[in-house]
Amino acid sequence: MIELDNVAYNYGGAELFSGLDLQLAAGSFHFLTGPSGAGKTTLLKLCYGELVATSGQARLFGQDARGLDRDAVAQTRRRIGVVHQDCQFLDHLTLAENIALPLTVSGRTASPADLSDLLGWVGLSKQTEQFPPQLSGGERQRAALARAVIMSPEVILADEPTGNVDWEMSQRLLSLLVELNKMGKTVLIATHDISLIRAAKAQVSARVLRLKDRRLQLAGADL
Amino acid sequence: MDVLKRLLDLLAGDPQADRAVPPTGFTARLTVLSAAAMAFLAVFALALSLATGRLADRWSAELAKTSTLRISAPQDQMDAQARAALTVLQSTPGVAEARLLSADEQRALLAPWFGPDLPVESLPIPQLIEIIEDSDGYDATGLRARLQAEVPGAVLDDHTRWREPLVEAASRLRLLGIVSLALIAVTTAALITLAAHAALAANAQVIRVMRLVGARDIYIARAFVRRFTLRALLGAATGTVLGTLAVLLLPRADAAGGFLTGLGFQGWHWLWPLVIPVLAGLVAFVATRQAALRTLKEQS
Repeated sequence: MIELDNVAYNYGGAELFSGLDLQLAAGSFHFLTGPSGAGKTTLLKLCYGELVATSGQARLFGQDARGLDRDAVAQTRRRIGVVHQDCQFLDHLTLAENIALPLTVSGRTASPADLSDLLGWVGLSKQTEQFPPQLSGGERQRAALARAVIMSPEVILADEPTGNVDWEMSQRLLSLLVELNKMGKTVLIATHDISLIRAAKAQVSARVLRLKDRRLQLAGADL
Repeated sequence: MDVLKRLLDLLAGDPQADRAVPPTGFTARLTVLSAAAMAFLAVFALALSLATGRLADRWSAELAKTSTLRISAPQDQMDAQARAALTVLQSTPGVAEARLLSADEQRALLAPWFGPDLPVESLPIPQLIEIIEDSDGYDATGLRARLQAEVPGAVLDDHTRWREPLVEAASRLRLLGIVSLALIAVTTAALITLAAHAALAANAQVIRVMRLVGARDIYIARAFVRRFTLRALLGAATGTVLGTLAVLLLPRADAAGGFLTGLGFQGWHWLWPLVIPVLAGLVAFVATRQAALRTLKEQS
């Protein structure tokens, strides 16, 4: 699905990481952890074509990311659902419109029944006409997850999806992501929340990768 | 047909895409207002251009086929010289008609300077003969030579001396009108480009989110292009209606008013202003599309 081969990324002239290899196979579940500033978000951005590697090769669904034009990047993003830490909503659209936005921009219309099912799945059936600033942190994160999966993508990338929510809500979000993985979706979650990783490993077979000292390593058995 | 379909699709719009990109108040007002002002000015530039075109054609046509022969002679020889001149003219190839101007006609010509009651019969003023050429025209040099020999007091004025500067002045005015129209179009494009840039900058976060969820640049650009095209159409239509009404209210052309009162449209030329909103829409379409695609490329 997504492969990074000997990838390096420099930011402002400084090397953020290098010699990085990563393969996200279909149906796999990965955690990406590491200290703040290690480059977890950057690595995720390489995985959905927001950034291009300084050196090495990133292949998204078999295509070299460096050779993708703007339209091809847009097409690729429709196959990858991304949950951002800050959710990235359009505040002038209702929750339902925000969740349906990936369909809208691809020229499709969300069927009311499907949208209703999706909102019910993330527990936001009553908030459909509310605007993002009216939602709590947990509601926003669940809405972001709903938007990420509305196109039925093959890969789901989540950047600190539980960063702004309490333990109970983080478990709820985790169970939704695990459920998606069991439906065959490839999942990569970037998080520094060790308890979340431990809780996930009890539910799903997940590989834990640690980004530290500019290198990506498989985490130890303690995780 | 494909272009027409795309244009119709653009005008029909996509309500969902329109909602995704929120309108920015000041750019909307700027576009409508500038398009209206420019269309208003364009109506006048068009009226000026068409009026001066008509004037140039009329002066050219009227003056090209007529000449004047002026006979200055003592009163007792005036009739004889006039008859001799008419005889010469009637036998000159290219002259279709030659006739003496009556006392009334000469009085009318002098009336603007001396009033209507001038006793031209008792004044030593020259006798004028109007010459109308046929389609081939006459040989002015040859005619002058014959007149010099047979009618010593005759001076032939074939109007070339003052016809050319007048026609040239009218042609220059027409060119000025056309240049003004072009400048108005360029200024409209510049204003709309600025407004589109401002709107794109104000919506940078919206664009970022739309890209994150898989929007193609052309989809994002289309939302801006449609909005600005429709605003320019609306503004230009308003400006055109107001401009046309203003031209309609200008004084009608009459002989006493001269050139200025003829500034307006005539006949089917009244349809020309209808082109202005369409052109404004096209200018807005091209300007916004270029601005949007360039800005989106820069932001990527």
